Amino acid sequence: MSDTVKKTLFVDGKEVEFNDEKNLLEVIRKAGFEVPTLCYRPELRSFGACRMCVVEIEGRGIQSSCTMPPEPNLKVHVNSEAVRKVRKSVLELLLANHNRECTMCPRSHNCELQALANKYEIREVKFPSREKLLPIDDSNPALVRDPNKCILCGACVRACSEYQGLEILGFTHRGSKTLVSPALGKKLGEVDCVYCGQCAAVCPTAAITIKSDVQRVREMIADKESTVVCQIAPSVRVAAGEEFGLKPGDNVIGKLAAALRMVGFDKVYDTNFAADVTIMEEGTEFIDRLTNGGVLPLFTSCCPAWIRYIETQHPELLPHVSTTRSPEAIFGSAIKDIAVNRDGFARDKYKIVSFMPCTSKKTECKRPEFAVDGIPDVDCVLTTQELVALIKGSGIDLKNVEPEELDMPFGLYTGAATIFGVSGGVAEAALRTVSEIVTGKPIENIDIKETRGLNRCKELTLELNGQKVKVVIVNTLREAEKMLQKVIDGTADFQMLEVMACPGGCVGGGGQPISCNNPVKKNQRAEGLYNEDSSLQYRKSHENPAVKKFYEEWFEKPGSHKAHELLHTSYINRFETCYKNTK
Amino acid sequence: MSSTEISIEKIDSIIDSIGTEQTYLIPVLQRVQEEYNYLPKDALVRIGVKMGISPATVYGVATFYSLFSLDPKGKYQIKCCDGTACHVRGSMPVLNALKAKLKLEDGQKNSADGLFSIETVSCLGACGLAPVIVINDKVYPKMTPDAVKIAIDEIIKREKGE
Repeated sequence: MSDTVKKTLFVDGKEVEFNDEKNLLEVIRKAGFEVPTLCYRPELRSFGACRMCVVEIEGRGIQSSCTMPPEPNLKVHVNSEAVRKVRKSVLELLLANHNRECTMCPRSHNCELQALANKYEIREVKFPSREKLLPIDDSNPALVRDPNKCILCGACVRACSEYQGLEILGFTHRGSKTLVSPALGKKLGEVDCVYCGQCAAVCPTAAITIKSDVQRVREMIADKESTVVCQIAPSVRVAAGEEFGLKPGDNVIGKLAAALRMVGFDKVYDTNFAADVTIMEEGTEFIDRLTNGGVLPLFTSCCPAWIRYIETQHPELLPHVSTTRSPEAIFGSAIKDIAVNRDGFARDKYKIVSFMPCTSKKTECKRPEFAVDGIPDVDCVLTTQELVALIKGSGIDLKNVEPEELDMPFGLYTGAATIFGVSGGVAEAALRTVSEIVTGKPIENIDIKETRGLNRCKELTLELNGQKVKVVIVNTLREAEKMLQKVIDGTADFQMLEVMACPGGCVGGGGQPISCNNPVKKNQRAEGLYNEDSSLQYRKSHENPAVKKFYEEWFEKPGSHKAHELLHTSYINRFETCYKNTK
Repeated sequence: MSSTEISIEKIDSIIDSIGTEQTYLIPVLQRVQEEYNYLPKDALVRIGVKMGISPATVYGVATFYSLFSLDPKGKYQIKCCDGTACHVRGSMPVLNALKAKLKLEDGQKNSADGLFSIETVSCLGACGLAPVIVINDKVYPKMTPDAVKIAIDEIIKREKGE
């Protein structure tokens, strides 16, 4: 019900129309003006902490635009000298408390504070710096916290609360002693963190960064006795190009294959192959539970942050989780098994590296059950950001690399697999196969539109041989928790729950190139995946010829004894591991 | 530092008597501190769990206000006044002498032997006696760095004699 009266205000003399923008900042930016921000994140609550978005409003003085609702006839100046002076002092104050070791900082190339300091030509800081550096917390398996880089913008605190509902991080102490920290001053490795990395993704500086394993991979490659192969997750191909000047959503899988061979990988495979296997296993499991009265709703199991969430917060619901391993883990266990037991490689000389959009995968590959004889199935996980560092550090510009084919057979995949990288994709892929197996005829409409889009919660109902099957798809754990409450109180009317912990799914993963200021990028990445899906010859997992052969020659059939041994897993009640002793 | 065994039933009953809504967090923390003389870490977690507030938030509130202490307090609690009158009459040298006497590092509030804990307060309402300290309930008027050392020595002597 839009009001027909046009509402306008003035930005630097230009009349600007506004409607339902949530704050003045959005109005100004939409009109094409630039206002700097550090703490503002369009997907999160406005916080007004960094004071960079201040503007001058005639008759009202200097105001922070991110916390001010737009009003008709305001006369706003976004870049007056008074405003610039405020911003410069604020920057100097922030820099005084910031460890300015910029040349060695992991965020050197994309630090928002550094960029603004440059833009505002801050060449000296009048205020004294912090006397003693605080200790760096590297106890978390995926993330590193450096409080000396923190500007207290609260983006991580809001992300952990608003995306995941976990509130692992909070503000502690007061005034000049204020810190961002987990409860009780604990380290980030000692709490119920699910390692989703969204805190790092929204951090404007290097206060929270991804733990880099790039050097480990370089050493594996340098070891001439080892064969090093890699797998690339679906959403990596539509995001990695951004760091080389390509558009979000540009599919660079061919370029990645070529670049990674130049880096020194012996084979470049695709996680998508294993995603097709996942559908065969999880689909079979779903049909079995549906027809034989198993535990429903079935929860998908691809997202390691989600798995850790269930294990730490709701272990009583673990029987709902599909026992199928994630595609990344399936790739590791199956391909290493084939390499060792069919092709005769020594287990400790056949290395698998995974390129993932995900910080949590760094912990998944360390789960003791994903190892044989103490040797992990996947030897190392690098995030998209680290993949970019690996390629750039090898002197390669991805933009100018001629695309090459992936290695076969584990580089062959269907469209169903490639959409695993976006919220709704796993459900869509599963339904394409499940409905065909159950009804015996191909699904009428292969594009299941209800599963698509970046809404936090989506649902659809399908009829399979007269049986109604309702599927709910959520992204972010805050949204997932709502569904879990329905399961707990018995009002859940759905049979399958797809969960991805990151907003938008893996396209918005914590390990992806930083995109928090531009949520549109996630849409474009998702679009890139759906485009690849519709361009592929095979679009249903069960049609993948390489997967068929994989079962014929090595795993017999989905759900076979061997499949259960290597492609499925069990979960662990981790309820007591943190500060639950007081529950 | 928090080795105190907390009683979950005790904390729950405090919360139940005040209210489980999040707005009652501060009164609950106050009552729990009365109970234990400080806020044991496990108590903070239990309060969070019971009131539906994340432990990080409870910890944030408990560390924000100086009225809450996360460290056990000593047998002798010293309040050192740093209100305006005491300040101009030299409360800072008194405080520094106290800290030196008790070997307290920056930010440390408890002596290593657990006998003393120290806090600064804004006014004790005894400006005529400035600078003033209060040890437990006893008022020590017109303090000097030397006088405060003597006062502490007396207490230590008494403790040893008992």
